[in-house]
Amino acid sequence: MTLLALAWSAPAAAADAGAPAWWLWPLALFAVSFAIGIVGVLAGVGGGVLFVPIVGGFFPFHLDFVRAAGLLLALSGALSAAPALLRSGMASMRLAMPLALVGSISSIAGAMLGLALPTQTVQSALGVTILAIVLLMWRAKKSGYPEVPAPDALAAALRLHGVFYDPAAARDVHWRVHRTPLGLVAFAGIGLLAGLFGLGAGWANVPVLNLLMGAPLKLAVGTSGFVLSVVDTSAAWVYFNRGAVLPLLVAPSIVGVMLGAKIGARLLRVVRASTVRRIVIWLLLAAGARALLKGLGIWN
Amino acid sequence: MSPQDERIPPEQLVYARWLDWGTRAGLALLAASFALYALGLAAPQVPFEQLARAWSLPVDQYRAAVGAPAGWGWLTLALRGDYMNLVGIALLALTSLVCTLRALPLFLARGERALALIAGLQATVLAVAAAGVLGGAH
Repeated sequence: MTLLALAWSAPAAAADAGAPAWWLWPLALFAVSFAIGIVGVLAGVGGGVLFVPIVGGFFPFHLDFVRAAGLLLALSGALSAAPALLRSGMASMRLAMPLALVGSISSIAGAMLGLALPTQTVQSALGVTILAIVLLMWRAKKSGYPEVPAPDALAAALRLHGVFYDPAAARDVHWRVHRTPLGLVAFAGIGLLAGLFGLGAGWANVPVLNLLMGAPLKLAVGTSGFVLSVVDTSAAWVYFNRGAVLPLLVAPSIVGVMLGAKIGARLLRVVRASTVRRIVIWLLLAAGARALLKGLGIWN
Repeated sequence: MSPQDERIPPEQLVYARWLDWGTRAGLALLAASFALYALGLAAPQVPFEQLARAWSLPVDQYRAAVGAPAGWGWLTLALRGDYMNLVGIALLALTSLVCTLRALPLFLARGERALALIAGLQATVLAVAAAGVLGGAH
């Protein structure tokens, strides 16, 4: 908590002669990332969507570095989870590939745009986006096994269908998707936001796959993780090549989130996920408001 | 092979295996290099105090302030404590490209021409992004 309090007062403190020693920041970053890892798993959101507004709002690092770290954080989590998801059939490469291609092209465009726009503009837009995500999380419904009356022409041509074994239901689940062109458009938009703000994109991938395209929820979650691993890679290269990857920011964050996620996974059985989800929504609300006010120059 | 495995396309299993190894190697390299960097066992190119004075600047101003390279220029500094960390990060970021290239001939071998085309396009996008020709490296 002391480290969090320190982080809160960072921007003003950094300007002072008695600013905290530099090594406190990676430690505070580790502590905050560890907490993000825990609540991220419990609330079912990726680390990037919490990391960027919180660290961007309350730490002294420029938003360019925070967005790059957010992407790498989301990327590391997605890369770590993807092999098991692919092996278990909970992620489908066939379904993911067209969406990832569109998303990765637009994420590169988003990253380039983010680095070209004035910081205040990106900061304000980040705040608005986070507040929109809060609304999405608050209102979004989920469907375990959506009805797909018939696949669309593109889904049929690409044979976007399959079967996976659901251990919880102890049965095979046959799936197919529809509204593929709309899904591609949605993933283009999601990729743009992911690259622009370094948010990862699980918060948007899953509703699009599940509610719009009709993929079963578990397949949507698994496939979203795989799509993330490709989309975030593309945008991350833009930041990487621009020199926006600071190891002192990235490494403690990745380690913190991954360790926190392991603890979070253990706590899943004993903590009420709905309570944590409400806490995350309030946390995002505060971080989004902070980003917006900082961007507008009202609270610096 | 379990019954589950038989329903999963072979290229998906190969992709998963390569991704697993690439990710493990990248994270291990990152953890080891960060330990060397943070513990002061490998001297950084940009001293910590100078870094702390510059990390609140936009990236282009930061690079000018500390004399940091863009693009792949960091490779010449890869033995310095800070830039050493970029080896693991670059490996993590290259893994998807390598896995996609590995899966491409498997799609072709199974007659999945549409997916092979998408994999080829995806590999091109990732390679172009990695090369830094899309506005990343200035």
